[in-house]
Amino acid sequence: MYAVSVHEICKQYRLGQFKQGDTMLREAIVSAFRGRRGRGQEEILHALSGVTFDVSQGEVVGLIGRNGAGKSTLLKVLSRITYPTSGSYTTNGRLSAMLEVGTGFHEELTGRENVFMNGSIMGMRKAEIAGKIDQIVAFAGIERFIDTPIKRYSSGMRLRLGFAVAAHLDPDILLVDEVLAVGDAEFQKKCLDSMGEMRGGGRTVIFVSHNMAAVENLCQRVIWIDKGRVHMDGPAQDVVRAYMATFSSAQSGAADLAAINSRVGTGEAKFLGTDFLDRQGQTLNFVRSGDALTLRLRTHLSEMIPDLHVGVEIRNEMGLMMAASNNWMTGPSLVRVPAGDYNFDLEIDALHLMPGRYFLTLWLKGPDSRNYDLLENCLIMDVETSDYYGTGRGIDPNFGMMFLPARWRADSRLSGQP
Amino acid sequence: MQRSGLQEFWSHRELLFFMVWRDLKVRYKQTALGVAWAVIQPLASTLIFFLLFGKMAKMPSDGVPYPVFVYLGMAVWTYFAGAVGYSSNSLVNNSQLLTKVWFPRIIIPLAGVLSLLPDFIIAALVGFVIMIVYGQPLAWTVLLWPLLLPLVVLLALGASLILATLNVRYRDVKYAVPFLMQMWMFLTPIIYPVSKVPEQYRPLLMLNPMAGTVEAFRTAALGGRALPWPALGAALGMGIIVLLLGLRYFSKAEREFADII
Repeated sequence: MYAVSVHEICKQYRLGQFKQGDTMLREAIVSAFRGRRGRGQEEILHALSGVTFDVSQGEVVGLIGRNGAGKSTLLKVLSRITYPTSGSYTTNGRLSAMLEVGTGFHEELTGRENVFMNGSIMGMRKAEIAGKIDQIVAFAGIERFIDTPIKRYSSGMRLRLGFAVAAHLDPDILLVDEVLAVGDAEFQKKCLDSMGEMRGGGRTVIFVSHNMAAVENLCQRVIWIDKGRVHMDGPAQDVVRAYMATFSSAQSGAADLAAINSRVGTGEAKFLGTDFLDRQGQTLNFVRSGDALTLRLRTHLSEMIPDLHVGVEIRNEMGLMMAASNNWMTGPSLVRVPAGDYNFDLEIDALHLMPGRYFLTLWLKGPDSRNYDLLENCLIMDVETSDYYGTGRGIDPNFGMMFLPARWRADSRLSGQP
Repeated sequence: MQRSGLQEFWSHRELLFFMVWRDLKVRYKQTALGVAWAVIQPLASTLIFFLLFGKMAKMPSDGVPYPVFVYLGMAVWTYFAGAVGYSSNSLVNNSQLLTKVWFPRIIIPLAGVLSLLPDFIIAALVGFVIMIVYGQPLAWTVLLWPLLLPLVVLLALGASLILATLNVRYRDVKYAVPFLMQMWMFLTPIIYPVSKVPEQYRPLLMLNPMAGTVEAFRTAALGGRALPWPALGAALGMGIIVLLLGLRYFSKAEREFADII
């Protein structure tokens, strides 16, 4: 008896007809008059195109793949939020889906009230929540604030509370979307530990993550989803290694991006290439820890873009996002940009990354977070060590994830000593 | 293990309770007047209509003081219009839930309709106080109110299911509902008595299920006359039809809610 059995699931979304945001009756009426409702005219997005796999009871399975590969859609289908266009699946046992931490939290309710609300939404019985509330509060570590409205909570406290509820769910099957990516390191570890305990308890877990270290650590088996299909299914280490290997086929240094065909997006704006430059605008042949660096993104806009967002994400070899920047966060806003070729320069004052290999993800988006162009892990950036502190000792990648622009000052009585 | 919709709903009854409870807790949070708003609304409308129609236009009111006459109808109407207005936006307002977790979707609009009931009860009690103030005796038939109330809930739920489902696709509903409710109010004998409507149009008036319902509530409280049974029967029949239509439309559309909201 399988806990989860998925057979040839397809999911298509109709684009265009109903875009994100408010749909107006007027549009529907207008398009009905123009006779544009014909199916052939609609843009169809194939989020899943024939996914088949079985998960035995007690298995912990990781789902990996690039953004937009269909992992989250698959979880949404399995958790009944959305219906497959075709195909079928069966689940055996009580199922909980954690696609978000703290679903249904209300600002005005206290922590305690929100635990009841959220627990109930996640499928817990009232008596069950009442029996576990003390444990939940202790897990979250917010005893003092449990009767305070959560609008007074920090985002970290909210997250801990939401996770505490989730950790006390008692389903037979647990679906987890990438929720561990947020929160502080210590709490992340606590959550991973509690998920590890679930593995011991004979619970079936399907777990989506970009954190390859976590996936390898928690799962025996990994399914790699690519372009809406199962690309590879097997022992965790093998699949993760094969997946990581595709990152290395990314290009390094100054790169021609126009030819990459694994891009996602509608294409009104596109990346043509990138350059690594120093402050004087000279091309850099290598990048060192602590260097000042300008990342030039060369783009082409084939039409006027009303509101353009440009972004860069830097991930390490384990797939963990180390840093990101985009002009929505930092400004300037790029409004009504006419068609043409443009350079966007990300001027990095000092690259505080440890020596090692990093992967850059580049994107051009619109305000409704539609992708014009998304190039995931398209560029390799090898960061070399440097004599940043001038001591000849270099930056050692074994000491942490990043290094601080910092210096020591000894007690003044010690100054002047050799 | 396929379970029927009814079983699913029953197993989530506690969630319905929590949703109603959340709506209640949150509604008057951080308001200075709090639950008094439940009374201010029908009271203010009554005052305005009293001045406009009672004083200036000398509208008859079946021999009952005009403010009493209007307030009783207005209390029922305020609940109905409030429930439909609130509930028809409920799916959209809870889109965060719809896209992140599964439970029987009908809980959301149903909770919206139920969560306004305490407001109605307070408004009704104030109505009885107003009757005492005006020296209007409370008829024993007022005991029928708890039996009439499910009819209003039924009508509100039926209308809400249709409007809330439409709202998922067409946000026009958000703008249309307040307007629709205002029109509907004037087609309901709240500020005027049925006796003022020309005889030949009265059957037409009773096509509006809220007309018979409001009339029944008022007659039950004031006494002295027979309840409008035929109109009540028609309202009940229409209520059931609207609810069945609403349920059908809702359950056909709910599979797509998460995709298009």
